[in-house]
Amino acid sequence: MTLKAGDVRDDTEKMLVVPVSPARRTLRLEPPRAWQMLDLAELRDYRELLFFFVWRDVKVRYKQTVLGALWAVIQPLATTFFFSLLFGRFGGMSRQVPGPYALYVFVGMMPWTFFSNAVVLAANSLVGSSHLITKVYFPRILIPVAAIASSLVDFAISFFVLAIMMAIYGVAPTWRIVTLPLFVAGTIVAAAGSGVLFAAMIVTYRDVRHALTFVMQLWLFASPVLYTIDIIPPQYRLVYAINPLAGMISGFRTSVLGGRFPVDVILISTITTVVLAMVGIRYFLQVERRFADVI
Amino acid sequence: MSSEAIVIEKLGKRYTIGAPQTRDTTLRETVMSFVTAPWQRFRHLAGDSSAATRFWALQDVSVRVDVGEVIGIVGPNGAGKSTLLKILSRITPPTTGFVDLTGRVSSLLEVGTGFHPELTGRENVFLNGAILGMYRAEIRRKFDAIVAFAELEKFIDTPVKHYSSGMFVRLAFSVAAHLDPEILIVDEVLSVGDLHFRNRCLGRMQDLRGEGRTVLFVSHDLTSVRQLCTRALLLNGGRVVDEGAPGDVTRRYEQQHHAHAAARTGAVDRAHPPRGYHLRRAELRNAGGAVTSRFDAGDMMEIHLWASGRAPENSYGVEFKLLNDDDEVISFGAANPVQKTYYQADDQHFVCRLGPLPLTEGAYAFSFSVGVWNTERWDSWSKAVGFTIERCDLFHTGHGIANVNDGDFVIHQQWLTGN
Repeated sequence: MTLKAGDVRDDTEKMLVVPVSPARRTLRLEPPRAWQMLDLAELRDYRELLFFFVWRDVKVRYKQTVLGALWAVIQPLATTFFFSLLFGRFGGMSRQVPGPYALYVFVGMMPWTFFSNAVVLAANSLVGSSHLITKVYFPRILIPVAAIASSLVDFAISFFVLAIMMAIYGVAPTWRIVTLPLFVAGTIVAAAGSGVLFAAMIVTYRDVRHALTFVMQLWLFASPVLYTIDIIPPQYRLVYAINPLAGMISGFRTSVLGGRFPVDVILISTITTVVLAMVGIRYFLQVERRFADVI
Repeated sequence: MSSEAIVIEKLGKRYTIGAPQTRDTTLRETVMSFVTAPWQRFRHLAGDSSAATRFWALQDVSVRVDVGEVIGIVGPNGAGKSTLLKILSRITPPTTGFVDLTGRVSSLLEVGTGFHPELTGRENVFLNGAILGMYRAEIRRKFDAIVAFAELEKFIDTPVKHYSSGMFVRLAFSVAAHLDPEILIVDEVLSVGDLHFRNRCLGRMQDLRGEGRTVLFVSHDLTSVRQLCTRALLLNGGRVVDEGAPGDVTRRYEQQHHAHAAARTGAVDRAHPPRGYHLRRAELRNAGGAVTSRFDAGDMMEIHLWASGRAPENSYGVEFKLLNDDDEVISFGAANPVQKTYYQADDQHFVCRLGPLPLTEGAYAFSFSVGVWNTERWDSWSKAVGFTIERCDLFHTGHGIANVNDGDFVIHQQWLTGN
């Protein structure tokens, strides 16, 4: 028996007939209120879509590349190599830090690489998804959040490299390693806050895109990646700690390599991290509903 | 149970359009504006707008749609149709008023939203399904049906970038067709793809109608609005200007629309003629030689065309295409080879006698072109002149035949018994 296209169609479509469900919910669409809140119940409804966005980003990122996920390893390793050569060997900074400088820089480079990749990806994510934003509804915040979450995959891979490097250098973690999740979480929150903020700003002001490149460069040198926060003069120490990454990266490094936690810096950075995240989300929600009109 | 699926109440949407640009005339002004422009642009981007740069895309729209109704929205470009759909799809918020949607809503402003070329067909089904609001379990359950419907079993694990555009649209539409909404909002999805695809879309919409789903769809295709819808809305200038039975609304729309489009006088001078040899004026004349745009079926017609410039060669021809009010070409005529009439380079005035006209009541238009048959086309003038058939009663029955329901032509006929 041969099937014609029409036969298949009729059969499948009959199967689709599902009675209209009796449970009805009325959704009201209104002009935006002055103070928009984050709709957590709605976000929970859309968690599968978030998963699909992350899955797509990860899947697409290394398609048609030869080295694939190895890039997640090469990037921090290569920068670590050049920075330790430049600043450690030639610049003499290796004398200011305890232990091997390359390991010291790599441990700082891990949260930094995640942060900068995540922020840049998230910042450009909305404009890159304009075809979705103008065609279908979903909570817009899923897009930058998915970009941040997909960067976590590379971050996770870099931990394997860290384990190998620690084995090579013969450095064993101390009890402080149990605090690691706190600083990872703090870095994620800081990345989410700035990523969401920049993403929303770029929709209206494309200037931010141009500014972002050099902001990230400055941010690297304003964070304790290549040096220890002990070189900051004491009177500037607390001002320095306003940079959320100051506390997160130094805390991250202490939890991995040991030493004394710079508690004052970590406390202030934690506060600014939370403020940054709140400001980012606040601004995002405020302008979110205009996206489709201005993108 | 309340039977209203969609309640639209005094809905309005205001946009800010680009600020008018002023031209710099002096170096000093140029330098000044270089300094001050960022601030002005900032104010503009930040949404600060004077009354002159604001306009209402939609104003005071109130509509109630019962469960099971299929509403067609028609109107000229810029009438506010897309804005209304965007508000209903939650893509943009209204400026005033509100909408209440009762039931699960699916909105299809295009097919294949979010398809990623690097991903395989299988992966895109899941991604696109999730974007359209399906749950993973639901997609998994319907996956085989989606693939079978798209007839793409063999290629489902091939990246979509290797698909032909037909395969792409088939897969995308198949996902959309497996949505299970109570309220479906559709933008001219039907206008993409080939005839086969269009028919499948129409079939699917008819099924939804049969299942008692509520459908709201925007279309330029008045024929499908008449076929599918239970009610039609005519939008113009951001307001609902007409509402009622699809046949009536679309007919009134056509009459208004063509009253603008077609020349009422039957004589048209070309607004923006191209350079080089071109057609510049068209006239329609009746049997008495008077210029007019109103004819009856059975009348004779004379088309007069004037050209400007000197034709590039001798022995060329003039063609016409006759279009109905859905812009479909329904007939064709040519000086040669149809009539073996060849014009010379110096000829500037062409006349064609037509008739008796076998057309039904409604609006029609001519497109013209000039050139060497089958080789070169020097100029074409699309929808140059329009006319209406006011009365079609070729058989003297006392009843008119309109092209809305009964086609564009009347063929001469004789009825007999065969026994």
